[in-house]
Amino acid sequence: MSSGRIFLLVGGFVLYLLLQVLLLKNMVIFSSAFCFLYVLYILLLPIDIKSIPSMLIAFAMGLGVDLFYDTLGIHTASLVAVAFVRNPWLKVLTPTGGYDEGLMPSMLNMGFGWFLTYSLPLFLFHHLLFFYIENLGTNLFFPVVQKIIYSAIFVFIMSIIVQLLFYRRRRGI
Amino acid sequence: MQRILLFLYRLRAFLLFLFLEAIALWLIASYNSQQGSAFFNSANQASGSVLTARNNVVEYFSLASVNKSLVEKNAELLAELEKFRMPADSVYIELDSLLANSFQFKGAKVINNSLNLSQNFLTINKGSNHGIKEGMGVFNEEGVVGRVKGVTKNFASVISVLHTDLLISSKIESSDVFGSTKWDGKDANKAKLLYVPRHVNIKEGDKVVTSGYNAVFPEGIPIGKVFQVSQGAETNYLDITIELAADFSRISYVYLVENNQEEELNELYQSNGISNE
Repeated sequence: MSSGRIFLLVGGFVLYLLLQVLLLKNMVIFSSAFCFLYVLYILLLPIDIKSIPSMLIAFAMGLGVDLFYDTLGIHTASLVAVAFVRNPWLKVLTPTGGYDEGLMPSMLNMGFGWFLTYSLPLFLFHHLLFFYIENLGTNLFFPVVQKIIYSAIFVFIMSIIVQLLFYRRRRGI
Repeated sequence: MQRILLFLYRLRAFLLFLFLEAIALWLIASYNSQQGSAFFNSANQASGSVLTARNNVVEYFSLASVNKSLVEKNAELLAELEKFRMPADSVYIELDSLLANSFQFKGAKVINNSLNLSQNFLTINKGSNHGIKEGMGVFNEEGVVGRVKGVTKNFASVISVLHTDLLISSKIESSDVFGSTKWDGKDANKAKLLYVPRHVNIKEGDKVVTSGYNAVFPEGIPIGKVFQVSQGAETNYLDITIELAADFSRISYVYLVENNQEEELNELYQSNGISNE
């Protein structure tokens, strides 16, 4: 692994974490659409990163977000689960001819249709876990379903905007 | 033996997954008590200083509204003070100091707040160095805000009223009927007043204040107004929705209150087996 790539990974980690806890934490639309954009960082890890390192990265990221949200463990649990299913899910979605070496599975590299089928289920999965654990012990069903769906759509739109603005085609942030 | 090891090695990703999830779930479970250590939340030194830096920028945007509410509170306090001014022709009898001085107040600034989750917390910029202790009541000029959960040296995290596990001992001001205020997790402006029996006569617009029974808050701090009263599904109690007095979306400064006699009261409650909520 080249040092440039490690720098990009670490830089992206810090950037996404700070963006999430300083800016996006207060960006909640209609008090039900949350913007958990840090999930995008895990989704956009290069394809050749195996599930063990990506789970460890997700654990650190989740813990960092939890500190600022005062939801100790909830973000961590849901993000680690996302990192665990990411690689099997990538394998299912392998295009004919396979992935390029060290490719980032972003919309620009893989196309909009592929990215939609890749990211939206994972966003939904993450939000389902997060809001389910968060609302354990309360008997709110419809507000929770509403939060899950609205947030997933919101994060998906935000992730497209972020990729169009700040990412280049092929490798690199 | 080798086969078992090989088998486990093949499952290593799944085992790590289980291990990390177990840690996360353990953290969730251990954090979910009413009071606990403040190390793993936004009150620790690192996140606290990041939040302070952020707040130094953001606070300028709310200065106007903060000033306005402070002026209003000042006017209210001045009016109250006028009542206590002794007329020249009356005799003043000093009360016993034990009765007079059981609450102490402190001020703090909110540096982190949330209101859309089902368990919301605030972080304030004062900690044990400034005399903040676990369990202190928190309110602002509008009404009750929450209760201190954990304290570090320079920061403290506060359970907001918008937390589905927090109960606040309250009463209806006009009729002195007692109940507990609890948030139902839906709307950040509304909460429920529980355990008010059916025979009680309540009108919409009645003020709900703290009861002073659980020794966290002094009596009479506003919580909200009765918004809606219905018979409810439970047979014994009314289903009362109240509109919270504090606007949680723009809390910037809060007051903390400590009851000097809380320890003594709690000891009494405990020795008699009374739960204190």
